[in-house]
Amino acid sequence: MDASLFLNQLFNGASLASIYLLAALGLALSFGLMRVINMAHGEMLMVGGYLAYLTLIIVPGPLGILVALPVAFIGAAAMGGVLQTVLISRLSARPLDTLLATWGVSLILQQAARDIFGAIGVEVRAPDWLNGGIRIAEGAFAGVSIPSARIFIIVITALVLGGLALAFQYTKMGLLIRAVNQDRMMAAATGINVKRVDLIVFCLGSGVAGLAGVVLALLGPVTPSVGQSYIVPAFLVVVMGGLGSITGAAIAALLLGMFSAMAQISVDLSVAQVLMLVFVILFIQFKPEGVIARKSRALDV
Amino acid sequence: MSDRTAAALEKFQAFSARLDRLPRWTPYAVVAVLAVAAPYLLSSYDLNLLGRFLSFAVLGMGLVLLWGHGGVLSLGQGVFFGLGGYCIAMHMKLSDLPAGELPDFMVWSGVTELPWWWAPFENPVFAVLAIIAVPGVFGALFSWLVFHRRVGGTYFALITQALALAFATLLISRQDWTGGFNGLTNFSNVFGFSFADPATPRGLYWVTLIILAACFFGLKWLLSSRFGVLLRASRDGENRVRFLGYDPANFKIAAFSIAAMLAGVSGALFTLHAGNISPALVGVVPSIEMVIWVAVGGRHSLIGAIVGALLVNFARDRISSAFPDLWYYFIGGLFILAVTFLPNGLSGALDRWRGSKA
Repeated sequence: MDASLFLNQLFNGASLASIYLLAALGLALSFGLMRVINMAHGEMLMVGGYLAYLTLIIVPGPLGILVALPVAFIGAAAMGGVLQTVLISRLSARPLDTLLATWGVSLILQQAARDIFGAIGVEVRAPDWLNGGIRIAEGAFAGVSIPSARIFIIVITALVLGGLALAFQYTKMGLLIRAVNQDRMMAAATGINVKRVDLIVFCLGSGVAGLAGVVLALLGPVTPSVGQSYIVPAFLVVVMGGLGSITGAAIAALLLGMFSAMAQISVDLSVAQVLMLVFVILFIQFKPEGVIARKSRALDV
Repeated sequence: MSDRTAAALEKFQAFSARLDRLPRWTPYAVVAVLAVAAPYLLSSYDLNLLGRFLSFAVLGMGLVLLWGHGGVLSLGQGVFFGLGGYCIAMHMKLSDLPAGELPDFMVWSGVTELPWWWAPFENPVFAVLAIIAVPGVFGALFSWLVFHRRVGGTYFALITQALALAFATLLISRQDWTGGFNGLTNFSNVFGFSFADPATPRGLYWVTLIILAACFFGLKWLLSSRFGVLLRASRDGENRVRFLGYDPANFKIAAFSIAAMLAGVSGALFTLHAGNISPALVGVVPSIEMVIWVAVGGRHSLIGAIVGALLVNFARDRISSAFPDLWYYFIGGLFILAVTFLPNGLSGALDRWRGSKA
């Protein structure tokens, strides 16, 4: 194996990890708060992708994609808000039933997208400034090529991650979210409106998934099932990450993204998928509580 | 109220009073007679469908054990369904061939020698044992790896979904070994019974019915046994069971393995009725749909699982042939409504109705 192939895959791994992380952040945060997983979360990516497509029709220019980001964020967040209020908050005491009910939502949203936009999918043309890339032609790393779109993805993810970390650390809302995440009952007892915190976190997470959808639209066509192809790895990120920890999710996403990209050097995509699952199952043999374990004396955390 | 309606109402009340005087087992007996006589009552198309859906019901009853009584949600039952289906399909592929020749799809993919793990499936006894043993052993191993580290609940459901995805993609990508996207199809006979003979589908239907009945009574016994009690206890209070000196993981692993074996049997029966098995029947989407059969019928009830499997699948057949686009809205809505408003399914609703009547 030569160095350039390795470096290319390293970079692919980082961009794959970024998408996994954007897709998984909302899941991980909501799971930390409510212990439920929204199976329709993949469709938030899809919604983000279609919103990017629509935005670029209205705002064609080279900066259309920058307009699409907030549009997709708000659109997906609004959708998440509706879903949380109407369905998930009613089921939050029954985590497994929430899985099934939100899967139903996912099927309906996919079919709706098929009816509105067609089954084949729509293309979002990346602006010229995202079409190029860095290519190293000479020297020790000859053959390394890094597409701008992938750099863009990593930058967006870094900004989101940094923004969330700052907001969690320094804002009032962040404080409340951390409080509910640590001990829901105690937080409720001190007068925090936990349902409102749930809703805000859910909207935030859905919005971030919407951003991931815009990013995905740069990589390939937006299809009704675009979310499905990334959501299962995102679920595995949640399993590996540990309860409600952003850092845990980030590390888990990086591990899985890198693992998948590196595995694809020697095996094809399908085997890489199997190996990824094997990796996660082996991982929980050693750290069943996830990358970042929550310290607690409670019997059930 | 006119005289006519009053008379009709009276007649109806008399009729319903007479129904109430019948022994309690009457409806069961009627259903059993109808089920046995079905080959003479239904068109061959509908009989084939009924056979397929009764095969599904075997898997559904496994989910009643695992999910309803064990509290373990598996979104990967399609994997075990597929393992059973491919086991019997491999046998039929090989038994159709003259000795030394390769199945058609292998020839097309340029395979020159039968893979070693295909060879033993030529033996019918091995194939039948494998239908139960392969899903059982794999299910036991997989669930042990997860449960012995006390990972469960939602995490387990997500891992099983990843398993379904991995299994389906692996089947598709190894075209030369598995027939790829099209799966295995074109069988001429099973254990010497030709599919061209009209008696074969009838016999197959009865075999399915017998297996279904055997699984039903077996599970009924299991659920009322000590094991069933401890399984439900692990579902409702895992830590309490642990304090009593039992390891709840063992009950879950046992339930998962039994459900996997039933799924394997179900897959094999389905393959016989449908004449093919393919990755489209075992992936993420079919696996989670299997759960909805049971959710509709009632997750705690074995009869509910049978009724649910039949209802949902006949509805699918009718709806998707008339309005193909509407099916996804229908099944999506069913997922939402079944778990929000009918958490115990139809059987739960029936119990409540009976309770309010009494």
